[in-house]
Amino acid sequence: MTTDTDAAGTNSTGANSQDIPGAGASGTADGAPRRTAPDQRSTPSGKPRPTRRTIVGAAAGLAGIVLLVLLPLLNLSLPGVLPGPTYTPGSLQLLAMCMLMAAAALTYHLLLGVAGLLSFGHALYFGAGVYGLAIILQNLDIPLLPAMGLTLLVVIVLAHVVGSISLRVSGIPFAMVTLAFAQAGSVIVGRNPDGTTGGDEGLSLRTENLPDFLVGVVNTRNLYWLALAVLVAVFIVVTWVQSSRAGHVAAAVRENELRVRVLGLQPYLVKLLIFVVSAVLVSIIGMVFLLLQSGAVPRAISADLTITLLVMVVLGGVGSRWGAVIGGVFYTILDQRLTTLANSDAIDALPDILRIPLSEPLFILGTLFILVVLFLPGGLTGTAQRLARRRNRLRGAGEARTGEGSTAHDRTGHDRTEASREILEESA
Amino acid sequence: MSTVVLLLFTGLGLGALYFLVAAGLSLIYGLMGVLNFAHGAFLTLGAFAGWEVARRTGSDDWGIFLLSLLVGAAAGAAFAAFTEFVLIRRLYQRHIEQLLITLGLSLAAVALFDGIWGTDPVFIQGPAWFKDTTEILGARVPNDRFVCIIAAVLVLLAMVFFLKNTRYGMIIRAGVENRSMVTALGIDVRKAFTLVFTIGGAAAGLGGVLASHYFGYVSPMLGGSLLIFAFIVTVIGGLGSLTGAAIAAVAVAVLQQFANFYLGGTGDFVVVLALALVLLFRPSGLLGRTS
Amino acid sequence: MTAAAETRPILRIEGLSAHIAGQQVVEDVSFTVPATGITALLGRNGVGKTSTIKAIIGLIDRTGAVELDGVRIEKEPTFKIIRSGVGYVPEDREVFSKLTVAENLRLAERDDAPRRQLVEDLFPDLLARSAQMAGTLSGGQQQMVSLARALLNTNKILLVDEPTKGLAPKIVAEVAETLAEAAKTVPILLVEQNLHVVRQLAEGSVVLSGGRVVHTGSALGFLDDAELTQRLLGVAAEGPARENSQDNARENTGKTPATTEAAPAGKGAAL
Repeated sequence: MTTDTDAAGTNSTGANSQDIPGAGASGTADGAPRRTAPDQRSTPSGKPRPTRRTIVGAAAGLAGIVLLVLLPLLNLSLPGVLPGPTYTPGSLQLLAMCMLMAAAALTYHLLLGVAGLLSFGHALYFGAGVYGLAIILQNLDIPLLPAMGLTLLVVIVLAHVVGSISLRVSGIPFAMVTLAFAQAGSVIVGRNPDGTTGGDEGLSLRTENLPDFLVGVVNTRNLYWLALAVLVAVFIVVTWVQSSRAGHVAAAVRENELRVRVLGLQPYLVKLLIFVVSAVLVSIIGMVFLLLQSGAVPRAISADLTITLLVMVVLGGVGSRWGAVIGGVFYTILDQRLTTLANSDAIDALPDILRIPLSEPLFILGTLFILVVLFLPGGLTGTAQRLARRRNRLRGAGEARTGEGSTAHDRTGHDRTEASREILEESA
Repeated sequence: MSTVVLLLFTGLGLGALYFLVAAGLSLIYGLMGVLNFAHGAFLTLGAFAGWEVARRTGSDDWGIFLLSLLVGAAAGAAFAAFTEFVLIRRLYQRHIEQLLITLGLSLAAVALFDGIWGTDPVFIQGPAWFKDTTEILGARVPNDRFVCIIAAVLVLLAMVFFLKNTRYGMIIRAGVENRSMVTALGIDVRKAFTLVFTIGGAAAGLGGVLASHYFGYVSPMLGGSLLIFAFIVTVIGGLGSLTGAAIAAVAVAVLQQFANFYLGGTGDFVVVLALALVLLFRPSGLLGRTS
Repeated sequence: MTAAAETRPILRIEGLSAHIAGQQVVEDVSFTVPATGITALLGRNGVGKTSTIKAIIGLIDRTGAVELDGVRIEKEPTFKIIRSGVGYVPEDREVFSKLTVAENLRLAERDDAPRRQLVEDLFPDLLARSAQMAGTLSGGQQQMVSLARALLNTNKILLVDEPTKGLAPKIVAEVAETLAEAAKTVPILLVEQNLHVVRQLAEGSVVLSGGRVVHTGSALGFLDDAELTQRLLGVAAEGPARENSQDNARENTGKTPATTEAAPAGKGAAL
């Protein structure tokens, strides 16, 4: 399966659903599980043209990245969000973690939002990156890059094997099967065979063969830059995969697998490709996570981590790249803040009935998650879009009224369907 | 020989626990298409409720044990009915969102259990007879295994009787096969939804109390660890099939015990391998629908 | 029965649209079904006949108005629509294969006094097989179970979807006979590919194309118009006597994919 972005016809519609860095509100959010039907005739098939908004968005995105790059050199304080000024290692560590989690959520978006694969085993590949690199560095005397390459090889093989078996089923059974495989990985790490994984204690990073600039608290900002680079790179790769032919076929499969199959395309191979790409990306993130945390912990390969990624993607808005990023950052900071809050004196002084729930970050996050699923379909980005749209509609009344109940959902959903339809027609 | 017998009964006891969790999961999935991640939390709540009974009465005789089973089942059932009625029902037919809700609920519930009962395991005492052993073919089998097995068999029989001989049972069987046709006959299938959740929750709650005696402790993680094997059991048995769940529960647990003993603690791994094989050769599970 | 009640349609559909997985399958369909006799819902394969039936009882998402005997029902859930007096005989029978025949029938009983006797008289075969799993029945027997499930209750209308699909000619005749018998007491909206059966049973007709109504009127009048049937069904109308050409007709209708034929003339005829 080739992934040529130049394929005429796929590119034009692909650009429609492409997000512009910085223009957070323009992220696509089609809420894959709850598809609404696009009215095919009333919406003119959108031709991509660089609107002023697009250009402003791109500029804002670039400015945002520049700001993030400069952050370790600045003395900014965000009380309540960051533990200290932006140049301090504590804040940089948290920010780097936010970026890695956002990147990991993006790779999960590739599975769920693009290919519609509800995997419960994504932590297996993250964990394979973390533990693979840690074990190789521990046991072999080779420099960092070859060690990473070796780990990557292992992950590619693993993802192919697990992916090709689990993709024999789809939907909810797929979720269960991927969960089972990941659980096997988690169990192996917990068992600590021959002392290689360190069991419950985890494995601390052996730094002898690492370049100096990645080691030690003083170099946290290098790790921060590395994490930022990983996030930007993952974002670009995910965007590219999504707008490639494979991405469109995957979207078409998500909409209507039977039709794709009838047309002689191979949904299985496309899904496997997306599965493997996503696994490889998340394993790289796992390796940087290892460097940042300077150790491997069992949580990195647990089902909890997959669930965390899923929660991030859903919080941000399924189907939206920016949603995944925002969800990842939001969740990581909230989790950190809630943990601090849980240990604070203010909470301790409360009566039991308030103290017990408030001192459990996961209780609050879980409840928040339920509320988002119930009341904010499309997550944070979807809701922001809906609000923006409503404001626009109020302002520009009389302008091409979209069909009843048509929300931001429908439009982007339409673009997607349009893209997938083109794939279908092209191959017909 | 005695080792084999011991492993067999230990496996059967564990299989009984898997079945008690998987039965509800399988029925709920079969009828409603909901993968219920909160099922482990039903079990854990049942286990803690049973433990509270023992703790508050300060007694460990048979009467209290039976009462704890009852309370555990009731707690699981109440939690499950609440889940269906308040959360799942709002998202009728939207399976992914329903799954996400149960996921959020399991996160929140386990965290709440952490807050209330602490993260460390609390140990539990049953009737003294549980700690004794019974000799079968030269093997000294701990008695609590038998309690689990008998309870699971009774639950299985009761469920089969209910499914075969009551109108709601008939609706559930029909709904597992073709839910929309049930509504197209003028039947409010949502009542059956609440019912399977309640029944599944009761079985899980009961399983929780039994699991706490089988393992000797209760912890907030108890449900989660059993849930994953119950998922495997339901996939191997065929989603929606009660008999399939029973057979697969026993097969998985016995296999796990034997592999743990004879193949150097690889039980969990062998179980996942078995799952992979079933998927390769029979993707719909042993007794699953072939559609 | 007063003259007014006789002229009021039992079922009125106004602006019905439906979607399945994002695809529009029924588009702004409006028609009425008279309170007596059989009305045929016709069209090529895939034009949305089955979807229209499903949309009426809410089995698929839809918008528009559905009025049963003067009462709007489109906001109700499926089970309530059925309870308000709709008998549904789905395409492909949809019997519960792992339930016995008796259980299939018992499940369908919704009246206080279901008409078991009537069903036993109509389908003596089923009585003999009441303990058999419905999945092990032949196609014709399954169709009998499916029909019996609808006939057990007192209905205001029956929605019958392709009852003769895939059945042997002898069984087709039996099914047609049963429907003719049922139609004496209850109006029927019938989806049927077998034009011979349509000719034999139906009084009115509603023809769909590309998810829209393109023709309404007398069934015989439609079938006798060779040009019109050729254009809308892709098959030449056949005389009532040419029984063996029906398989041929089925093949022809099946061959043409559902292209959107926005025939303005046809639409004019509908309005």
